[in-house]
Amino acid sequence: MHGAPAARSAGDGPGARRIEVRGLSKTFGAGSAEALALARAGATKAEILERTGAVLAVNDVSFSVDAGEIFVVMGLSGSGKSTLVRCLNRLQEPTQGAIEIDGEDIVAASQERLRALRLEKITMVFQHFALLPHRTVAENVEYGLKMRGLAKPERRARALKTLAGVGLADWADRYPSDLSGGMQQRVGLARALALDPEILLMDEPFSALDPLIRRDMQAELVELQRHYRTTIIFITHDLNEALTLGSRVAVMKDGRFAQVGRPADIVLDPADDYVAAFTRDIDRGRVLPLRAAIRQPADAAAIAALMAEGAEAVDGGRLLHEVFATVGASRPVVVLDAAGRPEGVVRAADVTAALCGAPQRERA
Amino acid sequence: MTMAFETLTDALRPSYWGTLPLDAWIQSAVRDWLVPTLRPFFRALQWPIARVLDGLQGLLLAVPFAVIVALAVAAAWRWGGRGVALFTLVSLVLLDWIGIWRETMVTLAMIVTAVVFCIVVGIPLGIAAARSDRTAALIRPVLDVMQTIPSFVYLVPIVMLFGVGMVPAVIATIIFALPPLVRLTDLGIRQVQGELVEAGHAFGSTRRQILWEIQLPLALRTIMTGVNQTLMLALSMAVIGALIGAGGLGLTVYTGLGRLDIGYAGIGGLGIVLMAIILDRVTQALGNADPAARRRSPSRRRKDAAAEPLSQA
Repeated sequence: MHGAPAARSAGDGPGARRIEVRGLSKTFGAGSAEALALARAGATKAEILERTGAVLAVNDVSFSVDAGEIFVVMGLSGSGKSTLVRCLNRLQEPTQGAIEIDGEDIVAASQERLRALRLEKITMVFQHFALLPHRTVAENVEYGLKMRGLAKPERRARALKTLAGVGLADWADRYPSDLSGGMQQRVGLARALALDPEILLMDEPFSALDPLIRRDMQAELVELQRHYRTTIIFITHDLNEALTLGSRVAVMKDGRFAQVGRPADIVLDPADDYVAAFTRDIDRGRVLPLRAAIRQPADAAAIAALMAEGAEAVDGGRLLHEVFATVGASRPVVVLDAAGRPEGVVRAADVTAALCGAPQRERA
Repeated sequence: MTMAFETLTDALRPSYWGTLPLDAWIQSAVRDWLVPTLRPFFRALQWPIARVLDGLQGLLLAVPFAVIVALAVAAAWRWGGRGVALFTLVSLVLLDWIGIWRETMVTLAMIVTAVVFCIVVGIPLGIAAARSDRTAALIRPVLDVMQTIPSFVYLVPIVMLFGVGMVPAVIATIIFALPPLVRLTDLGIRQVQGELVEAGHAFGSTRRQILWEIQLPLALRTIMTGVNQTLMLALSMAVIGALIGAGGLGLTVYTGLGRLDIGYAGIGGLGIVLMAIILDRVTQALGNADPAARRRSPSRRRKDAAAEPLSQA
């Protein structure tokens, strides 16, 4: 909408296309062909269930994910988000549609090929951790490496290294039940990262954690992602989490995407009432970039005058909560665009207005 | 009038017109077809059971009393603790003292043989049932029949097929004791959390790897409960086995009954009860001894949590 780069700059420019999903549908129960035909005719999920007995979990979803992106699918329970992510590594068989990963047709892949993909390329983190209670922390992290056929000393060394990366080196020989929920999920993450995957599927990984621990884990995930450059598909039912983590966010309802866009787009320009209802109680300061607070178009003369007075210049892509202290001072700040040119001026009152959800300049 | 009515209601009963000779059909089906056709097959089936039974019985009777007692007490101590060990020691000494040591060993050999074959057959069947709903649907009614038919009913065809003696008694015991093990193996595997199996798939495991790495270790406790149940049922067949020629404590009880010798029947019964208690305690403790089960117990977790705060890391 502003023609600006993503609020959270990925730092590596536009990545290569990694995942491409076209027209993906998934039904459960008999009568899938009939259910899909009804869905094309515009029937709702409830009508389809009543008339065919089939549950339409995912309904004609298309999207693509670039390398290094965190693509977040947000939806309430029953919206089909977990089914969608399981179609990507075919823990669930898609009923219809195409899935390509790095150009390879996943839907047509043989069981053997699928196993290879899961071992080499796509791994997963689960909501309830899914750690083996009869194995130590290190043995859990080694699981995927063992499936790859690595020898014990080698996989142990690699597991310890990955555990150190998530701060659990001292816990390697304990059992999962000795760990707190947050630590268990770090083990779950380490188990996935030990395989050095290119794509990480995360199914509500932090939903079972306490709020404070959840925030730590979110920050850690962003750090890890910066380090490993993994492409992440992240499922959540929490819009705040979606907007904080996502390069792009898809809001899912009844098996369909209600809206796909950058976090700021979702907040500033919700596609329908459903999405708007969600955005009402989110933390805007963590989602909106500074430039979203600009209320008057840039006036070159006024900006020059402000600069001469010594006003600070701030990158417009930084989030409001990061620059709040600067803008909160009495003087206005000059907002710079991606190329470093001044694009507008923001005063403290503008920031307050943006945080409160007051109408922005386009819609004023 | 009433007579006409009675005639009418009688006429509605099928037995008014004659009796369906189902007993004769079963008789001829079993005697004239099943037994002659399948006897070689069943005789072949008998062979491995006879080998194991003979070997085990020979061994138990050859090993000196003191050695067996020492081994049993050590095992009871290792898995069941001091109380069970003490009970084992007192019971075994008593069994020898009242003069039924030999019978006890014969019965033990019979029970262990039956349980070994139950495990060899039952656990794979349980695994097959857990992995496919269709297999489960085939196996379950068979198990239902095995559990509901009174054991006296299949003693007759067993005698016709296998003759009388220890081995036929072991076979009857296997039929009687097998169902809980199959059911509990099935249940134990199905109870493993779906997300764990899913994680196995997500990390590139084959079905076989998921079975060995995830499902069986986590189902072990339930499977051990099945083994324990099978063992108890096998012991309860000791007396019935004596009807078709088994020896041991069952024969003691049976002979005592025949002679109305309450004392003789009583010591046989006491032997069976003491053996049941020892075997039950030790196998139950064995089921709880697997690390996964211990790890899952909340008391241990609390203890560890108290010993070392979780906030570090």
